[in-house]
Amino acid sequence: METIEKAKKTFIDDICSIPGGEKIRLCIQCGTCSASCPNVNKMEYTPRQIIAMARAGMRDEVLSSNSMWCCASCYLCTVRCPRDIKPTELMHALECVAVSQPSKKAKTKTPAMYKSFSDFAYSLGSVPEVGFMTWYYFRTNPLRAVKMMPMALSLLRHGRMNIKAKRMKPEAERQLKAILNKAEELGGIE
Amino acid sequence: MKRYYTYFPGCSSSDGGAKAYGMSTEAVSKVLDMDLIELEDSNCCGSTPYSSVDELASLCNSARNLALAEKKGLDLVTPCSSCYVILKRTNQYLKEYPKLKAKVNEALAAGGLEYHGTVKPRHLLDVFVNDVGYDEIKSKVKINLGELKIAPYYGCQVVRPFASFDHPEYPQTLDRLVESLGAKATPFPLKARCCGGSLIISEEDLALQSVNKLLENAVSNGAELMITVCPLCQTNLDVYQGKTNKKFKTNFKIPVLFFTQFMGVAFGINNKTLGMEKCIVPADKVLAKSLKGAKGG
Repeated sequence: METIEKAKKTFIDDICSIPGGEKIRLCIQCGTCSASCPNVNKMEYTPRQIIAMARAGMRDEVLSSNSMWCCASCYLCTVRCPRDIKPTELMHALECVAVSQPSKKAKTKTPAMYKSFSDFAYSLGSVPEVGFMTWYYFRTNPLRAVKMMPMALSLLRHGRMNIKAKRMKPEAERQLKAILNKAEELGGIE
Repeated sequence: MKRYYTYFPGCSSSDGGAKAYGMSTEAVSKVLDMDLIELEDSNCCGSTPYSSVDELASLCNSARNLALAEKKGLDLVTPCSSCYVILKRTNQYLKEYPKLKAKVNEALAAGGLEYHGTVKPRHLLDVFVNDVGYDEIKSKVKINLGELKIAPYYGCQVVRPFASFDHPEYPQTLDRLVESLGAKATPFPLKARCCGGSLIISEEDLALQSVNKLLENAVSNGAELMITVCPLCQTNLDVYQGKTNKKFKTNFKIPVLFFTQFMGVAFGINNKTLGMEKCIVPADKVLAKSLKGAKGG
């Protein structure tokens, strides 16, 4: 029993250690977030349920669910929450916990998409859409890239696709890397 | 009176799929006597993806831009709703969590920078309607748009979570801007509803469902054209309109312009300067019809 209680506490502590995550303690389970969410019908558990499950220590169920990855960050729940919890930021906190801890993978490609995006932000300081999308399809499903070809060609024809990535000046790129590497060295928020 | 701002176009508007947004922003700002001085050597804001995989790194990434902008001493203006939220959110987090601010500054110091938290990030729409003002915008109109019916689409992040210049659920500024340009803003109940954002890449079905609802709502309220204030909203509504039609067996053909392109049309700026040829659903027929109608009337 003691170990279950301990595991429960560790999970909640992990969530609370990320800014925005600590407000999970304030939830009164009114369900305004779930009722406001435009993407709730695709979520395995509604935002209200996810909060209840996290507080009950259901670590694996929460971290392997697709719920937070269906959040489009539209912030409708955030402006409506009567407890000022900012469920959108809470979803971001859950996403950060999910990528940093080993758990069963959620049935969604959103984490891979986010990761592909941030890989570019980290290594180039800019996110050229062509490179980012190619990298994402390569990581997830190269066949999809073929299916996307007509759209890509249409964008190219309309002058909306830049093959060459915009680069920062070398010294600016070095500065950004130094900052981000230091951030990694500092090892998280707490 | 010339107005000066530090300008943060964001990846998409400067060199990506929303290049027309950057082009029209520059053209329209010139007419309004605004000097947008681009923030040199800035990096990608990180958008939602970065903060969803590594919170500390994403805040440091964004704080670098703020630290660079702080040296300039001007308001930091961006036309991108996502950049806007990320920059404001970084400010808010550093203010709310002092321990975090210390950590971020420790990381910034590795690059010889420091951020004190004084920069005011603003969306271009806010600057147009509150600094320049509706009357001044109206005074620059050269083309009679003949009561063209426009659905003003705000999307989410320009008004949420930071409702700093408009209502978070029932915004009005873009409606009033449309009216001051001589066109008609149609009622559009879903005007601040989500377009699906970047989930269109990883959860296409989910996002197309949102796009379909928005197109349906705009058209059924009589809109002939939609305008947006965000690169991603424009992409989802314009580039994915064909896919949405196919999936939901609809036949929408509504052009979606950046609000700056639409302002440019009213100001009499030529199509090339505004990047009008970059729209997938062409706007020329709708615009030509209204211009002809205006002349006739």
